[in-house]
Amino acid sequence: MAGQPIINDSEKERRKIKSVSKMKEIMTTYYIEAKTARENGKKVAWITSGGPVEFLIAMDVIPVYPENHGAMIGASKMGVELCEKAEEMGYSRDLCSYARADIACSVTNGGPIGGLPKPDFLVCCNNICGTVLKWYEVAARYYNVPLFILDTPFIHTTMSEASKKYVIAQTYEYIDFLEKQCGKKMDFDRMHQVGKLGVQALRLWQEVLDTAAHKPAPMTAFDAFFHLALIVTLRGTQIAVDYYKQLRDEMNQRIKDKIAMVPNEKYRLLWDNLPVWYRTKWLSDKFSAHNACLVGDTYTSAWSGIMDLIDEDNFIETGAVAYSSVYINVSLDNMLETLKKLIKKYDVDGLVMHSNRSCKPYSLGQYDLQKLVMKELKLPTLIIEADMVDERSFSESQIETRIDAFMETLKA
Amino acid sequence: MITAGIDIGSITAKAAVLKDGEILGTRVMFTGYNASQAGKNVIDELAKEIQIRVDDLDAVVATGYGRNSVEFATKAITEITCHGAGAHFLNPDIRFIIDIGGQDSKVIRIDENGRVADFAMNDKCAAGTGRFLEVMARALEVDLDGFGDICMQGKEPAKISSICTVFAESEVISLISKGETRENIIAGIHESVASRVSALAKRVGVVEPVMMTGGVAKNIGAVRALEAKLETTIQVSEYAQVNGAIGAAILAGK
Ligand code: SF4
Repeated sequence: MAGQPIINDSEKERRKIKSVSKMKEIMTTYYIEAKTARENGKKVAWITSGGPVEFLIAMDVIPVYPENHGAMIGASKMGVELCEKAEEMGYSRDLCSYARADIACSVTNGGPIGGLPKPDFLVCCNNICGTVLKWYEVAARYYNVPLFILDTPFIHTTMSEASKKYVIAQTYEYIDFLEKQCGKKMDFDRMHQVGKLGVQALRLWQEVLDTAAHKPAPMTAFDAFFHLALIVTLRGTQIAVDYYKQLRDEMNQRIKDKIAMVPNEKYRLLWDNLPVWYRTKWLSDKFSAHNACLVGDTYTSAWSGIMDLIDEDNFIETGAVAYSSVYINVSLDNMLETLKKLIKKYDVDGLVMHSNRSCKPYSLGQYDLQKLVMKELKLPTLIIEADMVDERSFSESQIETRIDAFMETLKA
Repeated sequence: MITAGIDIGSITAKAAVLKDGEILGTRVMFTGYNASQAGKNVIDELAKEIQIRVDDLDAVVATGYGRNSVEFATKAITEITCHGAGAHFLNPDIRFIIDIGGQDSKVIRIDENGRVADFAMNDKCAAGTGRFLEVMARALEVDLDGFGDICMQGKEPAKISSICTVFAESEVISLISKGETRENIIAGIHESVASRVSALAKRVGVVEPVMMTGGVAKNIGAVRALEAKLETTIQVSEYAQVNGAIGAAILAGK
């Protein structure tokens, strides 16, 4: 881009987040442990990203997340090949690309880590979507293992007492299920500890994200997409707590040292929906070339968004309510409230919405949200159409024109 | 001050040269395979025609899909912003632009200064674009230039329900075999484009007066069908097809 100051390598080096290497190390160890679980006499459970993982940790079960695996597939640009494989198997192209890529991996042992370790049982919570129900049923049949379904009713306004009772009752059933699968009783003291650690990790994660409210932001949403992995995979462990402490401290130090992730941050934007995993670098470069920084997003803050609903001393019952209240299990009105808070907190100049062909519950209603945001907050918004894993739904020149045009209107 | 705008679209390359707020000339040619070459050719030819030297240009703005491949341009600006500036230049009252080009259609709301207030573009699909009309004209063995006129003769537009270009083409073929008149089929095709584009326009919110730009604006059938759908009159300038290039030339002067 013309007019861009030349940035030398040492400056680039200075802007790199140092904790990244630690994060990679933790994730590698985690996947090695998961893949060698059987040799070490441990059980493996597959669980949905919004599912109550703390119970598995308390029972010493290794949780594995097909969605996180899907994100890895996307980031390694292996999505198309695997999605096509699933389509050959008869799955519709309209099915979520996480599900397609992951189902194909089960059969081919393909993907960046040669497939996920075989599960001993499955835990599916439908607080994120209805797709996971069928996806996990397919996996249960394929691996011939038991499946536990935690059904969280959709929240239109507030969660009714009946719904609360319903989800709490299922939480106890979930514990029974785990005790049966593991052949041992739940240690409630341990559970209490894990619940506390989980909440602590969520708080720390929120603190990490909050640092981007600083101008200029020490990190961007693209960094958040990367560092999110532990909140998904290791929530409830000391490892996650320690890591996010380190990351938060690094971010605060960057603020002190005046290190901005986008060198000439001038425009601050909020991102909505899942990342476009195979294009994070391209998008991040594209926005920074316009001196624009994605300072926050609805996706990575979805996990910590529910933390205030959890009472650490009563995790089992309050956790159930919190899990039901995640960002995409609530009405548009509630989503709009969350959006407004984020827009205010990060003091953004615009909203960029990724209309994600895969994730229907996230993308449905975006046009209405866009209208409301523009009307009530007079905030410029942009919608780009893509898919988080399936590159066939990404058209570079179209997206480039939209982003350029959007930035031109912001600058005008 | 002499400025030029070059608009490289998927099908045609357009150029416009302005001198102190007056249009000196415009030119349209096929883009072909090499967008960068097309940019050079179109400005060379126009320069020859209006008897200036390309070197005399004070500033050049490139726009359109090929905007980043015009090496001699001073700046690249998207066609959204350029169409806004162009329409505002042609008629300062205009508040809404419908631009249907070869591979996309867009709707742009502009403020009283010609600045973009909001815009929307079609999905990654040929429905509602010039390409759609082109494919249909070929299926019906009608010359694209006469397409709009024949459309006006259709009494009862045939229903084309598929938005996918490929499916719509087979729908058209089955209508032919059922004996539907060519005029009615063509009218139906234009209605299909109009409903696609009007949905886009309504999303952004139509504000009158409305102008249509881009190559498809030359097609009277498409303009009338859109007017009916949006219940408004649509202005079409003689410069509709080169509006983006004109806007680029204006922005080059700023
Ligand atoms: S549809 Fe959305 S929420 Fe459901 S698994 Fe796919 S990406 Fe996740």
